Amino acid sequence: MRLVRLVLTRVAFYLFVTLVAAFFALPMLWLVLTPFNPRGTLAVEIPSPATMANFRLVFANAFAMRALLNSAILGIGGMLITTLVATLAAYALSRTDVPGRDFLIYALILFSSVVTGTAAMVPIFLLIFYLGLIDTLLGVILVFTGGLLPTAIFIMRDFVEGIPRSYEESALVSGATPRQMFQDVVAPLVQPGMMVVAIWAFVHVWGAFLIPFILLRSPTSMPASVAIYSFYTEAGTPIITLTSSYALLFALPVLVLYLLVNWRYGFRFFGGIKR
Amino acid sequence: MARIMLENVTRRFGLVIAVDNVSLPIIDGEFFALLGPSGCGKTTTLRLIAGLEVPTAGRVHIGDRDVTGLPPRERDVAMVFQDYALYPHMTILDNVGYPLKVRGVGRREIRERVGEVAGFLQIAELLERRPAQLSGGQQQRAAVARAVVHKPQVFLFDEPLSNLDAKLRLEARGFLKHLQHELGITTVYVTHDQAEALALADRIAIMNQGRIIQVGTPLEVYRRPQTTFVAGFIGNPPMNLVPCRLEVGVEAAHLVGTTFRLDLTSLRDRLALTLRDDEEVILGIRPEHLTFCGQGDPFAIPAETYAIQPLGAECVVILLVDSTTLSVRLFTGEPPQQTGRVWVGVNPERILVYRKSGELVLG
Repeated sequence: MRLVRLVLTRVAFYLFVTLVAAFFALPMLWLVLTPFNPRGTLAVEIPSPATMANFRLVFANAFAMRALLNSAILGIGGMLITTLVATLAAYALSRTDVPGRDFLIYALILFSSVVTGTAAMVPIFLLIFYLGLIDTLLGVILVFTGGLLPTAIFIMRDFVEGIPRSYEESALVSGATPRQMFQDVVAPLVQPGMMVVAIWAFVHVWGAFLIPFILLRSPTSMPASVAIYSFYTEAGTPIITLTSSYALLFALPVLVLYLLVNWRYGFRFFGGIKR
Repeated sequence: MARIMLENVTRRFGLVIAVDNVSLPIIDGEFFALLGPSGCGKTTTLRLIAGLEVPTAGRVHIGDRDVTGLPPRERDVAMVFQDYALYPHMTILDNVGYPLKVRGVGRREIRERVGEVAGFLQIAELLERRPAQLSGGQQQRAAVARAVVHKPQVFLFDEPLSNLDAKLRLEARGFLKHLQHELGITTVYVTHDQAEALALADRIAIMNQGRIIQVGTPLEVYRRPQTTFVAGFIGNPPMNLVPCRLEVGVEAAHLVGTTFRLDLTSLRDRLALTLRDDEEVILGIRPEHLTFCGQGDPFAIPAETYAIQPLGAECVVILLVDSTTLSVRLFTGEPPQQTGRVWVGVNPERILVYRKSGELVLG
């Protein structure tokens, strides 16, 4: 009796898990299959015959290709500035006694969710306008950096706090200048943390729509998240063959980046200190 | 090689005074131990010498230079940390060579000099490994190698043995003492383990609550602890401290406890010089200066056996005298025949007498 019940609960459990997995896997499957399908469809079907014609049309669209480059500039720019500044700021915040330090960080995180959100769109627009940065990629990068930094600092601070101070002190007593100490000892040890923040920042900027949509005016500076609308008909309905192809191209860099970093770093940390 | 001078050094952290007006001359080439319970300021004192802390007041000299305001790299010191602080992302070669690398020494020379030191410290075959792949004892040697490699003027050790297990610790103790003897570099060694300090140091400073209580050679601090704090801290088991009352007459003097009365007439004049009649005092006597004896002995104290701890070469017997305990160390190794009610004799030449406030008045 007990055995039967055990088997039945197992079966029910796996059935449930399969359903949930299918629910999340189907859109992915659609994204991978549809670009190769000559017929635009919202159904998940294996393309027959498979075709590269959709991609040929997308690649021929110079505006859309230029948009992918713009996305790369925005993503990489935002990633570099966010990661570098967050690492230095987190180090400073972790190693010095600023009064009300924790309160400061939490307050910043709270506000940052407002800054990248729609609520602050009007003041952000005005700010960028008065700075003369409307329709520049730099303006968009700065807005994203400002919005991402508090959370990035928060994440980095955890990594920095994980490094025993004796590493740094030992470097200083060994004769290193503070800059050498940071470069030789601190930076390599927080590298996994920097990678986490870098990917997170890149994905965030790469996929964002609203801020570049509002701050960028000319078609030549639009990123891919905005340019995907060029594959809509004038009536406003998507041309499924082309949007799905472009969407797949748009998704690939993030995927590759994640796999690359996971392979190179694996988000591991060399243990070393004896406690 | 250099002498170290601390002049009225004070270090405050907010309201806490970690190091309180410490003055300390450390002689060129000596092995100097800073000993004390945790939180006594010994590590802060070491960090003040290293330059990792800046004194709130006072001066620090190394050699002929006033280094008070100088950063660690300009002090030419080397330090071994309690957790060794070997960089986990570097090989042992890079770890040990790091002090040379930051001094701009070329790669080939680094390899050469690290190889030399590594041979001396018997870690030559470990140079390509990372710290995590080394045992505790090997890590400790690597940390020492990193400290030796650039031939510093001063060696600083911050409890370097406390992460090793008991057997390795004894081994490393011998190794460190031998090493310091070979190199002759002025060494300051922080520890909370009194046996370690006694075994290693040429001189010991005992610290408590940020102050230095006593400085002396191991034998001096063992034989004549200046306060009851030092007496209770040094020795294992520590010195017996028995509260009693002093009776000083015109000709005779007695130490009177609740159950005993010791005749100290031979010391009468010296006692009368500093102590009043009927003053409360503390009798200090090392466990090895107590022996079992008969009731008739003039220096006998009646006691009750409480616990017997045979240790092989010796035997420690814990006795109850009224409400205080007394440790007796017997070098025969044989546990005593009698148990229950016994008499222990005090060696009168070894008696120390402390004031109730703790300072030594006779010994």
